Amino acid sequence: MELPPRRNFEEVNDMAKLTIPEDELMRPGHMGCLGCGATQAMRFVLKAAGRKTILSIPACCWAVMPGVWPNTCLEVPELYTPFETTGASISGIKAALEVLGKDDVNVIGFAGDGGTADIGLQALSGVADRNDDVLYIMYDNEAYMNTGIQRSGSTPIGAWTTTTPVGTTQAWEKSPKKSVADIMIAHRIPYVATASAAYPEDLIRKVNKALSIKGTKFIQIFAPCPTGWKMDPGLTVKIGKEAISSRAFSLYEVEGGAIKINMKPKKTPLKEYLFKQGRFKHMPDYLINELESDLDSKWEELLFKEECSQKMLKKK
Amino acid sequence: MVKKLFTGNKATAYGAMLARAQVVAAYPITPQTTIVERIADLVAEGKMKAKYVMVESEHSAMAASIAASNTGARAFTATSSHGLALMHEVLMWAAGARTPVVLVNVNRAMGPPWSVYADHQDAMSERDSGVIQFWAENNQEIMDSVIMAYKVAENKDVLLPAMVNQDAFFLSHTSEPVDVPDQEIVDQYLPPFETTVKLDVDDPKGFGSFIMPPQYMEFRGHMARSMDKAREVIKKADKEWEELTGRSYGGMMDMYKCEDAEFILFGAGTMMSTAKDVVDTLRKEGRKVGIARLRVFRPFPVDEIRYLADRAHAIGVLDRTFTFGYGGPLFNETNSQMYNHGKSPKTKNYIVGVGGRDVRQKHFRAIFDDLEKVAKEGYGKEGEVHWWGLLDGTTPEEEL
Amino acid sequence: MPMTIDEIPPTPMNTQDSRVVKTGGWRAFKPICDNSKCIKCWTCWKFCPDVAIAIGEEGPIYDYDHCKGCGICANECPVKCIEMIPENK
Repeated sequence: MELPPRRNFEEVNDMAKLTIPEDELMRPGHMGCLGCGATQAMRFVLKAAGRKTILSIPACCWAVMPGVWPNTCLEVPELYTPFETTGASISGIKAALEVLGKDDVNVIGFAGDGGTADIGLQALSGVADRNDDVLYIMYDNEAYMNTGIQRSGSTPIGAWTTTTPVGTTQAWEKSPKKSVADIMIAHRIPYVATASAAYPEDLIRKVNKALSIKGTKFIQIFAPCPTGWKMDPGLTVKIGKEAISSRAFSLYEVEGGAIKINMKPKKTPLKEYLFKQGRFKHMPDYLINELESDLDSKWEELLFKEECSQKMLKKK
Repeated sequence: MVKKLFTGNKATAYGAMLARAQVVAAYPITPQTTIVERIADLVAEGKMKAKYVMVESEHSAMAASIAASNTGARAFTATSSHGLALMHEVLMWAAGARTPVVLVNVNRAMGPPWSVYADHQDAMSERDSGVIQFWAENNQEIMDSVIMAYKVAENKDVLLPAMVNQDAFFLSHTSEPVDVPDQEIVDQYLPPFETTVKLDVDDPKGFGSFIMPPQYMEFRGHMARSMDKAREVIKKADKEWEELTGRSYGGMMDMYKCEDAEFILFGAGTMMSTAKDVVDTLRKEGRKVGIARLRVFRPFPVDEIRYLADRAHAIGVLDRTFTFGYGGPLFNETNSQMYNHGKSPKTKNYIVGVGGRDVRQKHFRAIFDDLEKVAKEGYGKEGEVHWWGLLDGTTPEEEL
Repeated sequence: MPMTIDEIPPTPMNTQDSRVVKTGGWRAFKPICDNSKCIKCWTCWKFCPDVAIAIGEEGPIYDYDHCKGCGICANECPVKCIEMIPENK
């Protein structure tokens, strides 16, 4: 089948306005749903990482989205691997590259929140413990989306999923969102960051930074899922931004034990963020208030940690 | 060539070193531990030029090995029983991904109750994983088989993972004289691992994504074809090794005095050495007996079983495990291969040595006696599946 | 047509450009840009999850073979020059 030539950038005068790299390593024709935040995340990560990159992808939306065999929308080599093996798989790739004398290739694990916070946590802990020179990316859409929206450890309190179906007994998600970033900070790896597909410049800067550091790096990318969150696919970026301003998700990075908050936008009401998504529509006011005060105190905690970090850095 | 006193585990580690394994990812489990210790020593001393990845589980050991193999490096791992069971998912992945990873499994019983002793349930349970299985009888065979396993697994017509099995403690922790071949001999036999089918930033491809029903079957068909082709590749690899070192393991099956044998025992592992000794004694008494030792379990030695079927009056199949369906795995497969063959002698299944119980000379003698009786008079009260030596209050003296 | 076993290499590999799949067929709303209002900030290009927008001389050039019509470009456009038109009109 004859394909049209790759439509890349035409030379235009105002190219200078581009705030992210122009080179595309993700092609159209992928299987992502309308407005998928995880596809944005992949596109931005590859823009930062460039062609000299090997990806390892476990079972997750991205195991299917590149295309049904023999298609692929990715222009870098990708290794599909069982659900719980991303951490081990990137170690294996890196070990092989080392013995083969190829030290200029980025090795990136690209796993969903279930594959990271739940079934893949052991292998992730293993790679972080060894501090192998790899980047692990968790794209966080807050549930097992590829299998049909089941709750994961990363699903926030109050959310409807197909396994927290609300029903008539308030059977919504009861446990708070597991903070994998905190678990990774506890591993004392050289770089841990959170990012959002709604803020590509920040995301790309973080991927670039991570790839410049030797050792295990971890980035959690907030990636809205219109299908699983029961929301308008056109609102992916808006909701991604509101997640930050409502404190439902925070952007920070941790280097050498010091935390830096990257974005401190004016607080917006949590309810506005929640009610744009069908998965939270059932939430009673008391629960929203509880959640909001919980997120607020978490935010205060984060600010305090940042203050302490600054003091610590001054001492150094 | 130097003769050294090696345990099975040390022979394993040296086999991996001589085969120039480049990435070793392994997790400790009794009785495999001294393999990973010896490899760690060899790497630390600079004798083995490999990257040793200290993974946090057997599951990760195999996952890292697959990834390393897919990146173009020769990968090695080793495990035992529960570790192999934990690897199950990833073993299937290694086979489907067509990565020629080689692993050594120290055959050990599955819990509960916890047991660390010799038993074949771990490896036999992997019979449908698409992994080639070699079975060793002594420490020399372990070392040679590791090298041979790469030769077979990396063959372009095969490209499947391979597992070498050795009995817990009987081999893993027992020292025997082992001829350690010179590195040049091994290099001559086993060229460096080269593949164009790998993760390559200059030729990007995806490996193993989603596929729809109209085409999945062809990939399984490929695996089946490769397994079939592996039979000839194994025979050739065995012959080439014999030319270089003078050692052969019979290709697909190790047959001992089977040409004219009327009564043959077929089984796997160290206990078959004892059985061979018994055959020597019985031969002196004028009895036409022989031993067929399992050398390759996957692919199954179909022609060899039929060769035995053409000769024997009866075949006793020894299983150091049980399927919990009916009979032991070797018994079922042996019967299956003879059913459509036209000639099928009487067979009887002896479940022996489960969980490391000793199988002694007197047992083999009694089993041969029992087999002759079966051929003449039919099955006794135990039927065709006989749990040899099971303590039920009526166990006859010869089984104890 | 499905390929025969002899046409398929034994290793399951993905090598074909995904653009053979015309995901534009999924679209219910079609983005149309009024180039006269476009300020060429390329926000639409930046956020397109389908890589279906190219930078043109006059404004965004849509790849309608692959645009799924999610509407992110229209929502994010700072001057609101992109309109989502129902496909059946």
